[in-house]
Amino acid sequence: MVSTFEPKSDYKVIGTRPIRHDGLDKVTGRAVYGADIKLPGMLWAVVVRSPHAHARVKSIDTSAAEAMDGVHAVMTGADIPKHADELIDLGEGAANLRWAADNIMADEKVVYRGHAVASVAAVDRYVGEMAADAIKVEYEVLPNATNVRDALAPGAPIILEDLVGDDLGDEVRNTNMASHFRHEFGDLEGGFAQADHVMEREYSMQMVHQGYIEPHNATAIWDQEDRIKIWTSTQGAFPVRTQTAGILNMPESRLKVTPLEIGGGFGGKIPIYLEPICAILSKKSGGRPVKGIMERKAVFEASGPAPGGVLTVKLGATKDGKLVAAETDMKLEAGGYPGSAVGAAAMCVFSCYDIPNTRIDGWDIVVNKPKSAAYRAPGSPQAAYAMESAVDELCEQAGFDKMQFRVDNASHEGTRRGDGVIFPRIGMQEVLEATKSSPHWNADIGAPSKPGNKRGRGFASGYWFNVGLKSSVNLSLNNDGTVELVEGSTDIGGTRASISMQAAEVLGITAEEVRPTVVDTDTIGYTDVTGGSRTTYATGYAAWKAANSMVDELKKRASLLWDIDEDGVQFEDGVFSSSTDSELKISFKDLAGKLNDTGGPVNTTGAVDLEAAGGAFGTHICDLEIDPETGKTDVVRYTAVQDVGKAIHPSYVEGQLQGGAAQGVGWALNEEYFMNDDGAMTNSSYLDYRMPTSLDLPEIETVIVEVPNPIHPFGVRGVGEVPICPPIAAVANAISNTIGVRLTDTPMNAGKIIAALED
Amino acid sequence: MDLPERVHVRTTINGQAQEFLVPPYMSLLDTIREIAGLTGTKEGCLDGNCGACTVDIDGRIVDSCLVLGAEVDGQSITTVEGLATKDGLHPLQQAFLEEAALQCGICTPGFLVASKGLLDNEPNPTEGRIRHWLAGNLCRCTGYDKIVRAVQKVAASS
Repeated sequence: MVSTFEPKSDYKVIGTRPIRHDGLDKVTGRAVYGADIKLPGMLWAVVVRSPHAHARVKSIDTSAAEAMDGVHAVMTGADIPKHADELIDLGEGAANLRWAADNIMADEKVVYRGHAVASVAAVDRYVGEMAADAIKVEYEVLPNATNVRDALAPGAPIILEDLVGDDLGDEVRNTNMASHFRHEFGDLEGGFAQADHVMEREYSMQMVHQGYIEPHNATAIWDQEDRIKIWTSTQGAFPVRTQTAGILNMPESRLKVTPLEIGGGFGGKIPIYLEPICAILSKKSGGRPVKGIMERKAVFEASGPAPGGVLTVKLGATKDGKLVAAETDMKLEAGGYPGSAVGAAAMCVFSCYDIPNTRIDGWDIVVNKPKSAAYRAPGSPQAAYAMESAVDELCEQAGFDKMQFRVDNASHEGTRRGDGVIFPRIGMQEVLEATKSSPHWNADIGAPSKPGNKRGRGFASGYWFNVGLKSSVNLSLNNDGTVELVEGSTDIGGTRASISMQAAEVLGITAEEVRPTVVDTDTIGYTDVTGGSRTTYATGYAAWKAANSMVDELKKRASLLWDIDEDGVQFEDGVFSSSTDSELKISFKDLAGKLNDTGGPVNTTGAVDLEAAGGAFGTHICDLEIDPETGKTDVVRYTAVQDVGKAIHPSYVEGQLQGGAAQGVGWALNEEYFMNDDGAMTNSSYLDYRMPTSLDLPEIETVIVEVPNPIHPFGVRGVGEVPICPPIAAVANAISNTIGVRLTDTPMNAGKIIAALED
Repeated sequence: MDLPERVHVRTTINGQAQEFLVPPYMSLLDTIREIAGLTGTKEGCLDGNCGACTVDIDGRIVDSCLVLGAEVDGQSITTVEGLATKDGLHPLQQAFLEEAALQCGICTPGFLVASKGLLDNEPNPTEGRIRHWLAGNLCRCTGYDKIVRAVQKVAASS
């Protein structure tokens, strides 16, 4: 049963901006990230990777490497256990063990450039690199298909020969199509028959990378008692345990995973890459610790980027400006193995609008690129780019005011999402109203900085459903009234603070009086990934439960001290008191010092498995200045508006909005996997991939809208993912407004702007 | 396989004289992290494009992945671990905390060392100057807004 809560406004800790608990370690260099661990006798793993996008591995000769001084172990794909189709639950999404194992290291066939084929463990990384160079791999190169059009073309090379595709329930063989599904509601034909205006457009997008600054890394010991210890940088220690145990055919209980500090993830650090490799190399070297760090080129070529693809959207509206029908076909790149974000894209694509008649078709297409992974609201930015561009064009065609049209058609409580889910209380309408009253919306665009340049404005909305899932929190009370908080959610951007603040609010103490620690899988109960915008929501909920248990326990202790009935003790503003005798009161802190007289330590736990989360919406406004001579595009003003339910720590909520907007602007203007005919990514460095720098962005303004989420004790909605949904379309709409051309493929870089202007 | 002879290096790191034998192929980044044991300096790309490994060598801001450990003989290096003193945090460290200028924190050491390099020479830079100076340091979490504000805060109070 889902509990509901009445919103409050008189919080003491929630809504304040304390310094985060892990901040000091992170500004002094003391924080221990995945790559920083050093263990006695540690070896370095270096991975040999395929130079081909699609090839059969004919032979691997490791003899020269094995003979090298300083080399302790060598492995190939033959050392990875083989698996039949078996789905393992990763909390946010699932993995098929069969493909997941092949993705760790190829055995017979490589399906993308950078695919691991062998690895060595050596005394240091330099000796390891020399040994890796000495491994000779013979390939039979096969034709490749690196995008959905090529992969679906007649005669396309079949990437996974034994893939059985699912085409609306029918089995398909000899295909690169892993799945094709449909959501259909209402009367689509009837809806379009009512429409006075119809807009249909195709959009194409390139694969992009999350771009986290810390490369993947892992350190493992596989000891002589068949216990495996792993230290890694991950969004979820428990899913690392599940995946590694599954791939290595080990019981989960024999693995202990310690999550070290994580240098960014955005969804890309949910899958594992190096963990089983380091573990196998450790076993082969007699239980020595083995550490691996992925080089940046391999991070681009062989981790889990976000899919590109081809999306069409068709919209129908009456002359009064009512959306009556919408349909979409979305084909997204899974990468070398099945599993793109197209399912989530389908849940999001029409979500900002109340549309009676809809059809959504999604295709998951295997291509010769790295296996895609989650990237911040996976699938939703792609869907929003297509949908919000089409809405703008429909408005232009029909002469509708773009804001009024969105307000008139905005989704609300009771709206049916495109996949059938009925919305509970949501804040789309409030977000649009807040956008209309924002300083940015009401300000002039301003004059271009030089003659000939042009300025324009665009805006767009986006949605993410957010997830709940499983979290555990343990609290223990110290005798000075401070509280130790132990949690399993890795902290990517301030969640130690946002979770501690929720416990502190209940306990009537300050944020600083709660000390949070993120621990390993042996030390806390199961906790799902830091992903799906769930951590402040769900782990915060667990902290709220644990804190309420602590209050209940302390009421019991106070009743013992005062020798009164437990029900006669109340707790308010950090003070326990008797409901009948006003003389009897004791502060939280004082009571903490008297625990030994009342029954000893007070430890409580909170565990949740939340099915629902409460989705959220955002609208972004983007002002551009474009030089029509060169196509150079500058973002001159940017505002992100979002319903966050309740901002626990507003600074880190703003930070999520700003960071998501920045990633979205990079996706819109610059970022792409630039593939050559050989199926190689030719821009696999930060120099050429070109993420936004501080010089490329203006100040990013934020407007926090708070429509409390009725199913969270403090009204929290997930925050982190929504902000990357609107920007691509906001930029596209701004480009159109600035120079009068509509760009329908990303990235919308200078070359495409010039080409469009010349047409 | 014969490994090349190690190079004898005398240097100063964060005010402390140090002496190492460094393989001639080892980057300064790995020398600092693996030999000196100072892991506050981070690896992001190993090709000088992210700035996570930024250190100060004799007053110059350098990507330590692009320098060899063997090259710093006789020079003085400051890493993030050298910013705080016995008297407390460097004002930039305090400002980064107060302004929430970090999320995951992996780029933070590089940003702090680079920002100090700017303010040591130009105590009152404009926002544009700060953005230009820090363009060699990538951050993927924050959108730079709060980082720039934190540096501006320290500049304004100097």
